[in-house]
Amino acid sequence: MKGKPLASIVSAGLSKFGKLEGLYAREIFAQAAKEAYERCPNLDPKKDIEALFIGHMGESYEHQGHTGATAADWAGLLHIPATRTEAACSSSGVALRTAIYAIASGLCDVVMAGGVEKMTHRSTPEVTEFLAMASDFPFEQWHGITFPGLFALMATAHMHKYGTTETQLAHIAVKNHYNGSLNPKAHMQKEITLEQALSSRVIAWPLKLYDCSLITDGASCLILTRPEIAKKYTDTPVHIIGSGQASDTIGMYEREDFTSLRAAKLAAKQAYEMAGVKPEDIDVAEVHDCFTIAEIIAYEDLGFCKSGEGGRLAENGETTLKGRIPVNTSGGLKAKGHPVGATGTAQAYEIYLQLTEQADKRQVNGAEIGLTHNVGGSGATATVHIYMRG
Amino acid sequence: MKMVELQQSFTIEQFYKGISQKRLVGGKCRRCGKIHVPPRPLCNNCLSTEFEWVELPKTGKLLTYTIIHVAPSQFQSMAPYAVGIVQLENGVKIPGMIKETPLEKIKVGMPLKIEFEECLQTQQWPQWSRYYFKPA
Repeated sequence: MKGKPLASIVSAGLSKFGKLEGLYAREIFAQAAKEAYERCPNLDPKKDIEALFIGHMGESYEHQGHTGATAADWAGLLHIPATRTEAACSSSGVALRTAIYAIASGLCDVVMAGGVEKMTHRSTPEVTEFLAMASDFPFEQWHGITFPGLFALMATAHMHKYGTTETQLAHIAVKNHYNGSLNPKAHMQKEITLEQALSSRVIAWPLKLYDCSLITDGASCLILTRPEIAKKYTDTPVHIIGSGQASDTIGMYEREDFTSLRAAKLAAKQAYEMAGVKPEDIDVAEVHDCFTIAEIIAYEDLGFCKSGEGGRLAENGETTLKGRIPVNTSGGLKAKGHPVGATGTAQAYEIYLQLTEQADKRQVNGAEIGLTHNVGGSGATATVHIYMRG
Repeated sequence: MKMVELQQSFTIEQFYKGISQKRLVGGKCRRCGKIHVPPRPLCNNCLSTEFEWVELPKTGKLLTYTIIHVAPSQFQSMAPYAVGIVQLENGVKIPGMIKETPLEKIKVGMPLKIEFEECLQTQQWPQWSRYYFKPA
């Protein structure tokens, strides 16, 4: 028995992901909003959209805070209530969750949830420093642990406990780059080989350049309605039938286990129970592959395989476009790119395309149920959402 | 060296004051016994606000590690360097750099001991001392 829809996606927009020179975050967000408006001619944005929830991680990039009001104005939605959510890389996963609160509470009929980040105009050491702000300052940043470093600590632990290999990690990179090559909005649209991935330079051992997601500019948005009125706007809505969010210690070192993200497991449990579906019911998923090891851990935390078997799932090709459960058909954070604040709703955008048969060359035929998994920092925040074709 | 008493405020600042005196301390909850590193004003296990300082063991074993090649601005001159998470003999886990060993000799499970150092910080960062680990 599938769960009752919490909210329905009636439209979605995504800017081009990549190095968007000469554009400010607000201008990139306007691109995403424009696509969502054009996709939904029955919607009168100025009249219908009652609130905006927008994920944005960092003021440091553009010396600009107060993103809620700014994004609402640039999206042509001046004067609506506009709220920024910040949960590091899960900022717009949380924006989506917050938008669902607004709909499910009965306070709003139509809202926009989205996210944005402009990153590529800053140097790599600067971006490394800004991203590290998602981790604990007094112990992790203070001891020189970078963001890739935190996931490298998980990778070492996973390899030590389960025998996961660097080649298995590289399989994730190869798969996601292939998917990215089919996505005209992806930052990187070229295939790579296992050898290229394995021989790329070390960033935080055992993670190499091709184990890391990209520093990218981009924006994404969704238009959500009460499920009962969704058909007023589109014949092909996508219903959100499960939503989970959980938190954990900001310091990764305090956790019981470094081979799994407890917040992600808790969020997944909530979402599966609410949706009334099981891991084997998922036809397509977008998971948070900020690093290749994170996708392997996601398979295990989401129940796509048992603990410790994520590496083999990747190696056996079960998560490729033609596999048992295609994961990161968009190219993922790895190849589509990871404009931090935009990622959560960009994942939902891909699932929206898949469940409305608009994913073109990367379409998973007949996909009925989709899932997104969005992680903040090293796992102090996680959101999981489950979607069903309307 | 004469030890200066730590104040009875269980804060991160006091923890690093301990480090500057070559002391590794945690805040032990008087109600449930959980040892907090860093110390906290409110126990996240039992919500008590009553703590006492306890000295932590200076040895432990390496649970996991990484070698950082691409470092933030503040650490660029040190790269590549090793950082890991160490479980002290009483079970408390803390992260830190691993020094005084060739990087290729570092292994999960190796015994480590703590060492202290002064460090001069760039602007905007606190003027704290730092601890690190070396082979036991």
